Amino acid sequence: MAHGPATLADGWGKYLSRWLFTTNHKDIGTLYLWFSFAMFIMGGAFAMVIRAELFQPGMQLIKPEFFNQMTTMHGLVMVFGAIMPAFVGLANWMIPMMIGAPDMALPRMNNLSFWILPFAFAILTSTLFMEGGGPNFGWTFYAPLSTTYAPDTVNYFIFGVHIMGASSIMGSINIIATVMNMRAPGMTYMKMPMFVWTWVITAFLLVAVMPVLAGAVTMMLMDINFGTSFFDAAGGGDPVLFQHIFWFFGHPEVYIIILPAFGVVSHIIPTFSRKPLFGYSSMVYATAAIAFLSFVVWAHHMFTVGMPIAGELYFMYATMLIAVPTGVKVFNWITTMYRGSLTFETPMLFSIAFVILFTFGGFTGMMLSIAAADMQYHDTYFVVAHFHYVMVAGAVFSGTAAVYYWLPKWCGKMYNETMGKVQFWIAFIGFNITFMPQHFLGLAGMPRRYADYGLQFADWNMVSSIGAFMYGGAQILFLFNVVRTIGWGEPTKDPKVWEGAEGLEWTLPTPAPYHTFAKPPKIK
Amino acid sequence: MSTESTYYVPEQSKMPLIAATGMGVMAYGAASWVLEGGTATIFLIGSLIMAGVLYKWWSIVIDENMRGLASPQLKHSYVLGMLWFIFSEVMFFACFFGALFYVRVLVNSWIGGEAAVGWFDDTPTDAAAANAQHLWPGYETAWPPMITPDQAVNGDAAQFKGPDQNMSFPGWDRILHWLPLWNTLVLLTSSVTVHIAHTGLKDGNRKKFNTWLGITVALGIFFLFLQVEEYIEAYQHMGLTLESGIYGTTFFMLTGFHGMHVTLGTAMLLIQWLRGLKGHFTHDDQFGFEAASWYWHFVDVVWVGLFLFVYVLA
Repeated sequence: MAHGPATLADGWGKYLSRWLFTTNHKDIGTLYLWFSFAMFIMGGAFAMVIRAELFQPGMQLIKPEFFNQMTTMHGLVMVFGAIMPAFVGLANWMIPMMIGAPDMALPRMNNLSFWILPFAFAILTSTLFMEGGGPNFGWTFYAPLSTTYAPDTVNYFIFGVHIMGASSIMGSINIIATVMNMRAPGMTYMKMPMFVWTWVITAFLLVAVMPVLAGAVTMMLMDINFGTSFFDAAGGGDPVLFQHIFWFFGHPEVYIIILPAFGVVSHIIPTFSRKPLFGYSSMVYATAAIAFLSFVVWAHHMFTVGMPIAGELYFMYATMLIAVPTGVKVFNWITTMYRGSLTFETPMLFSIAFVILFTFGGFTGMMLSIAAADMQYHDTYFVVAHFHYVMVAGAVFSGTAAVYYWLPKWCGKMYNETMGKVQFWIAFIGFNITFMPQHFLGLAGMPRRYADYGLQFADWNMVSSIGAFMYGGAQILFLFNVVRTIGWGEPTKDPKVWEGAEGLEWTLPTPAPYHTFAKPPKIK
Repeated sequence: MSTESTYYVPEQSKMPLIAATGMGVMAYGAASWVLEGGTATIFLIGSLIMAGVLYKWWSIVIDENMRGLASPQLKHSYVLGMLWFIFSEVMFFACFFGALFYVRVLVNSWIGGEAAVGWFDDTPTDAAAANAQHLWPGYETAWPPMITPDQAVNGDAAQFKGPDQNMSFPGWDRILHWLPLWNTLVLLTSSVTVHIAHTGLKDGNRKKFNTWLGITVALGIFFLFLQVEEYIEAYQHMGLTLESGIYGTTFFMLTGFHGMHVTLGTAMLLIQWLRGLKGHFTHDDQFGFEAASWYWHFVDVVWVGLFLFVYVLA
């Protein structure tokens, strides 16, 4: 801790080795955030290809085989490459500062968790250029599509997922150890900021389900290459077994994505309402309840595979139960804003949009949870619309809000508020134009993951594509605003940045020094 | 919660990046190895990088500890790290046990055309009825399944052929020839011996520690030897292979992954034994050994589950 971080002034070699060999939670957080943004742009480019092809019925731009690779890679890259690392980046930056710790508990392992990701995604993406093409079986990689009928490159996908999982597990163990072991004296569990709470629960989920994903891809590997019959009924196995295992991982996974987003919003809304968060402890218990329920509802993704009726009923009711703790959260956010002195800076706009659109996505989720109705909705664009409302307007909006909210703290410079607001409105309108019509398409019967569609779906698809290009454009503006802020933003020295902000991270100088809380602060 | 002492934050380190490179090369190498006509070269290069970096990394950590840089708080972070790592391993095995239960209890009856075990209702589902009438006629629900559904329909032309014999309990008269029983005794004993070694270390009795840990490592190696014997027996005399339908699949994957973990655990204990000979541990500072012994107990518990559900209740 003798010296500050190397800058470009120290020469390229030193600057580069700072980032490559760092053990600093802020550096690693920054690496995670930039990596996830790069993946977000790549996954977004795949989405643009999809929407361009679907702009009109018939095949115009790409072959159906490549379309399948695009939908698969879009899902994989966005879930594992963009959203998850973005929140790990935020966790790295913020958790030590929020609990008064000098760094993460295991700083070298922290850097390892990050550097695995570029390798994992290089392996995954390289398959697009190999013979047979990239993964083309959907991001849920159901057997036998991903086993018997998969291209040879599936092996690269399998091992890519393996090391990515190792990265996630190490990252989560680090977060758990940090939160359990590194809190400043006086920082009891029930005084922890919501973002820390949501992340530690997320980390528990990750440690519990990433090994199950590893098990699933291992079974695939064995079935494909070594003659086992996990997913082959001829040998006594069952393709549906794959779906059970996948969704035992996959359902907690969607909460892994959304819980940290809840945490972010639980910080931003109180700040710009100038009121403490309403119902802090109910927020904590609701988060824990959602996490618990996420383990016992997985088969609601598979209502149509022919489960016994008792199973359908159980998974339907258990799923509906999730609405209760989630409702508690939405209620608390709204009540926090009630009679507050609200201002609408960019982070707040994104957070309010989050609450509205995420709730909307939750309602469509309730519709999908009704087993009998799901027979109609299953695998249609209604499902696509549903999960983009929670993934994009949920997780991505919250991540964007977090960047605007904490960026001045990180780099000591203020972003351009007008540009931020312009980006918000383009993103908000573009998002809804993209995904609202997909509800109608789905209800009208348009199946997902097809490169072509019937003429009756043409109008709404064109509208959806236009919205998608708009939303994509908003991300370029976002990138520009962030780069402009870091390079040429208006300097700010105010430790609090936002007048309504509360918490340990706002007691630190702005920009946050390279090393913080070498000695733990006292918490009253 | 932290105390007043300062927490040791290591300086920059090259280890993580090299380790990530090693993992990346291993993953790429493994994927190209399993392809038709692939070779192990790249995978082996990755493994060498990985082995080298792990040796170096742990040497650094041990050295830091010997120089007194590791505060009690940091050591607690290591404890938490190990415990949660073991939890992740538990979940990995849970995945394979879950697959076994699902296949055994539900799928096996469904393919045979029976209802879903009669827990909820006795009427066969449409899927079960279709299986019995159209897809796999002639397949009868049984565990272990000595005939695969494929065989029931296609006879000798089947791709998946069931085993000639299985590994289940052979009856009381042949119990002493039943290898899994000996395996169980060996592994359970090793859990006791590693505990005795631990008490030796706590009492500051080095000789007791070295002796009993040495015995534990020997028992671990003996277990692996027996397991190899069992596999050879299965492949050469019992017609039981990875390709023997779902029984061979679950049998070899569960015992195989367990065996890999025993190998890893034995290696861990062996390293701790060598460290013990170099005088690395004291009666109140022995995390390296404790972590390895927790791992060993975990592997032991998994075996008890395996013994019950793969061997005894079959």
